[in-house]
Amino acid sequence: MNLLVLLTIAAVLVVIQVGVTRWVNLNRLAWMAIWWAALWAAFSYGITPPLPQSIVVLFMAIITIALLAYLSADSEELAQARQTLVSFMVEKRYQVALIVVILTLPLLVALSVFSSLNQAPQPPASGRTIHPVPPASISFEGNTINLSTANNPYRELEHSDPEAFAAHVDNGRRVYFENCFYCHGDNMEGAGQFAHGYDPLPANFNDATTIAMLQESYLFWRIAKGAPGLPPESTPWSSAMPAWENFLTEEEIWDVILFLYEFTGFEPRAQGMPH
Amino acid sequence: MILRMLRLRTLVTGCLAIAALLFAADPAWGVPQVAEQEYRALPFISSRVLMWAVAELHLMFAAFVLAVPMFALVIEFIGYKTGDKRYDQLAYEFTKLLSVSFSFTATLGALLTFGLIVFYPTLAQYLVRIFSWTFLPYVLLFFLEAVFLYTYYYGWGKFSPRVHLFLGVMLNIVGTAIMFIANAWLTFMNTPAGVDELGNLTNLWEAINNYTWMPINIHRLIANVAFGGAIGAAYGAFKFLGAKTPEERAHYDWMGYVGIFVAICALLPLPFAGYWLGVEIYAYDQSLGITLMGGTFSWLFIIQAVLIGNLFLAANYYLWLSMGRIPGAERFRRFIKYLLAVITLCFIVWATPHSLVATVEEARAMGGSHHPILNVLGVMSAKNTAVNLLILTTYVSFLLYRRANKEATVSWAKTGNLVQFGIFAAVVIFVVFLGVYGYFVDAQTRIGLSQPQVLSVLFAMVSVTVIDIFLFRNAQSRGRVAWGKIPARSQYALFFLAITFTWLMGLMGYVRAGMRQHWHVYGVVRDTSVDAFTPTLGFAGMVVSAIVVVFFLLIAVVFFLSSLSGQKNWEPGQSKRWFKRRSETAATPLTQ
Repeated sequence: MNLLVLLTIAAVLVVIQVGVTRWVNLNRLAWMAIWWAALWAAFSYGITPPLPQSIVVLFMAIITIALLAYLSADSEELAQARQTLVSFMVEKRYQVALIVVILTLPLLVALSVFSSLNQAPQPPASGRTIHPVPPASISFEGNTINLSTANNPYRELEHSDPEAFAAHVDNGRRVYFENCFYCHGDNMEGAGQFAHGYDPLPANFNDATTIAMLQESYLFWRIAKGAPGLPPESTPWSSAMPAWENFLTEEEIWDVILFLYEFTGFEPRAQGMPH
Repeated sequence: MILRMLRLRTLVTGCLAIAALLFAADPAWGVPQVAEQEYRALPFISSRVLMWAVAELHLMFAAFVLAVPMFALVIEFIGYKTGDKRYDQLAYEFTKLLSVSFSFTATLGALLTFGLIVFYPTLAQYLVRIFSWTFLPYVLLFFLEAVFLYTYYYGWGKFSPRVHLFLGVMLNIVGTAIMFIANAWLTFMNTPAGVDELGNLTNLWEAINNYTWMPINIHRLIANVAFGGAIGAAYGAFKFLGAKTPEERAHYDWMGYVGIFVAICALLPLPFAGYWLGVEIYAYDQSLGITLMGGTFSWLFIIQAVLIGNLFLAANYYLWLSMGRIPGAERFRRFIKYLLAVITLCFIVWATPHSLVATVEEARAMGGSHHPILNVLGVMSAKNTAVNLLILTTYVSFLLYRRANKEATVSWAKTGNLVQFGIFAAVVIFVVFLGVYGYFVDAQTRIGLSQPQVLSVLFAMVSVTVIDIFLFRNAQSRGRVAWGKIPARSQYALFFLAITFTWLMGLMGYVRAGMRQHWHVYGVVRDTSVDAFTPTLGFAGMVVSAIVVVFFLLIAVVFFLSSLSGQKNWEPGQSKRWFKRRSETAATPLTQ
């Protein structure tokens, strides 16, 4: 959050509420315009890192609809707003202001066109799919693994044989720090020493919206097949994740998955529970 | 005459559809011809798009035909208990829409059956093989529904009220049973069960009671009522805008209000039913779940979120405008801005996507594909919290509307208000707490948290309503509701609600079927046709929009035909008089 910007916006609103309204009677239309501008400024400049333009447009569309609903929810206020607009357009005392508005609107459009064309070329915005859809099954070392039904074979040891389970987790730790930590980092935040060179950045496993939402078989697929195994949907993926099936055994992959959940404290999503 | 023709056509199309089913069901007749060709194509339009449109239109009319008897029966029952003839008249007016709609439903259903057999013979044959035993009860129930529907409609006022209500109950039971059977077929295609690895039937009951059967049954039951109420309200709005007398305006204003009241009541629990369905889909197969919520189709859920947010906003907007016709409502106008602020905030959270559309520069500035703040809003913990608060806010709007012209006279009025406020505050805090807590627990627990959230909101609505009923018993009235004195834009809000409901149904219907991607029956019967690809979101959006336009054109025909029954009989010379009147009106100078 950019507190300075947000506090400035709040201060301006307070000044208008307390100060300006003493001399000028602001009707609902004026308040709507003030709130619209304040929220636009807050979304555009009050949040760090900045929100993508697509999100600002979405939010402002919702706010515009809501403000219009508020304006027209009261017939008297709507009539007053309509009267204000009509007066502005027909009364002589507003003639100069009207000319200014008439000239400003196309100028703003021209400025917008100019600034959009004056930017350095850049690739278009992309709607990247965060969780690609896994196939029904994958082949691994000549065996077929059904991703809908596959479970981590060592997960059950957690209760039946805690020592053996701890050994698998330790093995997973070894695998992680020998192979994964360079990109995903020692705290699994996706900030390893190579991370800055990638786009997209490596996944942050501490984020509650990554491995915490997924089943272990999904992680197995992602680790085993890496970027080359991503589905054709939502391409190009540009991911640098290697296909670890070429370097790790099946047991090592399941072990490193155990370690990921053990380290982050998340539980994997269970399979087929409801019904 | 027209109605009779439609009734005859319904029976004929029904018989043809059944004959087609039997034809396809009998291997001695159907298989040799169809087995040679797996698919058939059309010259100008893909057979998939045609079947998509026919299935969706059939579904929309079926939803309407199933929903209207539900609330017509309730309205009729209220009329019977209170002795107020207006309710009986209103229920009859809603029922008038049924006759033509039932014919359209049957015709489209027959078209769907024929289309499946002609264009997708192998698939049709497979489904017939699995579900052949369900066809007989379906056919019998279909005939029974025709019998009960027409007896209910034509027998209005011809039977004793209790017998007529019984007919209405039977109509609803039979209609619901039909929907349950059809739901088994379509849910089997998404989450098949009761078949072996080769797709051979091993257990019919398991095939019927598959993962998504009951969630779809419940979801459709509720959604149908919401949809039917919205279309009924749109009919009221249509008649209101064309009303010529204050009495007509008052009546159709009331009709629109009742319709939208029904729709809002059903809308409130709908997100929960949808969430249950989503959980079951994910539980059946994570690929389906991720396709829906994390993959290609997740963008359609953003559109869905925007539409649902607009539905809630429009429903509240209508209630706020409706308060203008109630003396005493001015007291509550100051609350509107706070309600709107909560709705807008929840709407924003509800519509925030998990996967963002961002340029490379924006993504770099964010440090990856997730925004640290938006990321928190993009997951179900935030969305469940937002939708629960949206529902509570809409309920508060309704509560204010209900209280608008009432002044409590009971001695404990202040305490009652405080208790109601306390319940709201406690539930809001509880819902927000669970939403935040959801970020710190595992996925299974998080999914489970949605239940106490829902139950607490339901508890708040029920308990506050019960208190309100006692609180305003023998209340002092500030004046009668001035039905008909409502701005025309409120009626356009009703149209907006009906169109949005319909569009939403079309969109989510596509999502439900489309998530199978290149499977006819997921994991069992593969789609090997030329259409075995997922269309672009834009194309899907255009097809859904076109279907909605066609639906409303057909609904306009239903409205027109239904309104004919109240008009005067044609008399000789009427046409000449009409043309003469028209020419006189045209010749009248504008200055007069």
